[in-house]
Amino acid sequence: MLRGLWKLTWLEIKIFLREPLGAFGSVLLPVIVFVVISRFAGNRVTPGNVAATGFMRVGLPVFVSVLISLSGVLSLVTIISIYREGGILKRLRATPLRPHTILAAHVLVKLSLTALTLALTAVAGKRYFPAHTHFPLIGFTVALLISTWSILSIGFLIASIVPTARFAQPIGAAILYPMIGLCGLFTPVKALPPALQVVARALPLTYAVSLLEGISKGESWLAHWGDVAALLCVFAIFTALSTRVFRWE
Amino acid sequence: MDASGTSRPVIQVSRIRKRYGSTVAVSEVSFTVNEGEVFGLIGPNGAGKTTTMECVEGVRRPDEGKVSILGLDPIRDVYQVQNRIGVQLQQAQLQKRIKVWEAVDLWASLYPKPVDGNQLLEQLGLADKRNAWFMNLSGGQKQRLFIALALINDPEVVFLDELTTGLDPQSRRAIWDLVRGIRERGKTVLLTTHLMEEAERLCDRVAIVEHGKVIDIGSPKELVGRHCPSRTVILATENALAEESLGAVPRTESVLRQGFQFTIQGQGEDFVTEVIQCLSENRIRVTEFRTVMPNLEDVFLKLTGHSIRD
Repeated sequence: MLRGLWKLTWLEIKIFLREPLGAFGSVLLPVIVFVVISRFAGNRVTPGNVAATGFMRVGLPVFVSVLISLSGVLSLVTIISIYREGGILKRLRATPLRPHTILAAHVLVKLSLTALTLALTAVAGKRYFPAHTHFPLIGFTVALLISTWSILSIGFLIASIVPTARFAQPIGAAILYPMIGLCGLFTPVKALPPALQVVARALPLTYAVSLLEGISKGESWLAHWGDVAALLCVFAIFTALSTRVFRWE
Repeated sequence: MDASGTSRPVIQVSRIRKRYGSTVAVSEVSFTVNEGEVFGLIGPNGAGKTTTMECVEGVRRPDEGKVSILGLDPIRDVYQVQNRIGVQLQQAQLQKRIKVWEAVDLWASLYPKPVDGNQLLEQLGLADKRNAWFMNLSGGQKQRLFIALALINDPEVVFLDELTTGLDPQSRRAIWDLVRGIRERGKTVLLTTHLMEEAERLCDRVAIVEHGKVIDIGSPKELVGRHCPSRTVILATENALAEESLGAVPRTESVLRQGFQFTIQGQGEDFVTEVIQCLSENRIRVTEFRTVMPNLEDVFLKLTGHSIRD
């Protein structure tokens, strides 16, 4: 059943990194954003400046992680639609590769690149991080992978409905990016007007942000089981929907 | 190379139908392909050739009718079938930046008994392109790579869909040699083409497909003999008695004269010989002599009332 999965995954990672723009946008850009903002904000971190310290410890890592995650999802949407339009999916499907193996390989590629980007960000941004504070990197990575995995299922649904590869990027961005405004990243969800709170609670990114913020503050997973459950629900719903509407050609 | 029907049938297609929405792609197609044979589905674009082929490959499910390949059901036994067939799809692409060897290596890993990928690339003239990206290959090289991928599992049946469409004449001839090589290895080949020359050069038997239906099946020679039995001789002579003598050749249908040029049409395998005999017996001196043999193109025109390129 898994025949070819690892080989295809590794191959797709290599192919992705050979595309200079894709590799830059998905892997290097978040790292650069983190480093540049850190350089500016890092100067203001003093023991007394609670806001700046909070921003550096929680706000910025979560913001950059959301960027990593969404650019991964967007790149999946684009790649799947290019592969469909070019007949690559059809060609792969006419081999003993099982259809779900092909899609699973793409999910694994995005999750691996998400982890890689996060690792690079951690290495590059380490010296800007407030001294004497602990950051739960492993837990945070797991939280980001769960969030990305969940939102990738929405990516598959978008990839299923975009008519041509040319529309994949703009349609994907139009669906994914507005979520950033309401997900609690800039304004806490509780501070939003009641109507927008309802919208925010329907967005998977809201739960992803809540989970990432909680874990980076050192809160327990138990306190965020609701976020994890919501993300798993999103995954289940959107995977079920995309298996119904997914087109191979 | 057995078209006599004594060998075992490898593909049996019986009265399949397939529609997409309100469009009927295949309305009634039946044919049998025997072991070791190169069988062609020929017809214009949109005739239903590719859909028919994809139904045999197990990529599509026919709405009605029955398909059997190597004694298996291509839908129910799709994974068993896939291990024993090789497929080249029309207008397929690979990842732009996949290297030639990586594609061959991936494909080889998917089958239980792959052949040696390096040797295959060597045979197909791609050895020096092992490290090239797919996007940097020429049209002919891409098609050769697709042939390599279709042969990597040492398949019993090979499917080639519009193999040489879009290639220049030189690459096309090189690909034809490769297909002949596939047949010499004893493989059964089902191919589609809208190029009559390709069908004539490669196929042991062909099925002419038009509007989703098979119009006739046979070897190119049989089809020409059945539907276009007349032969044409074109010659030039200044002999005043030529017209009369040529009109007396047995089974002559018509003698057309344009200045010194005569176009003589008649029936039968021996017609050309008889024209030559007539020229010799009457001592008619000719300055130009050529024969025009009907081909599949003419058969198609005769059967459908239009040229395949229309």
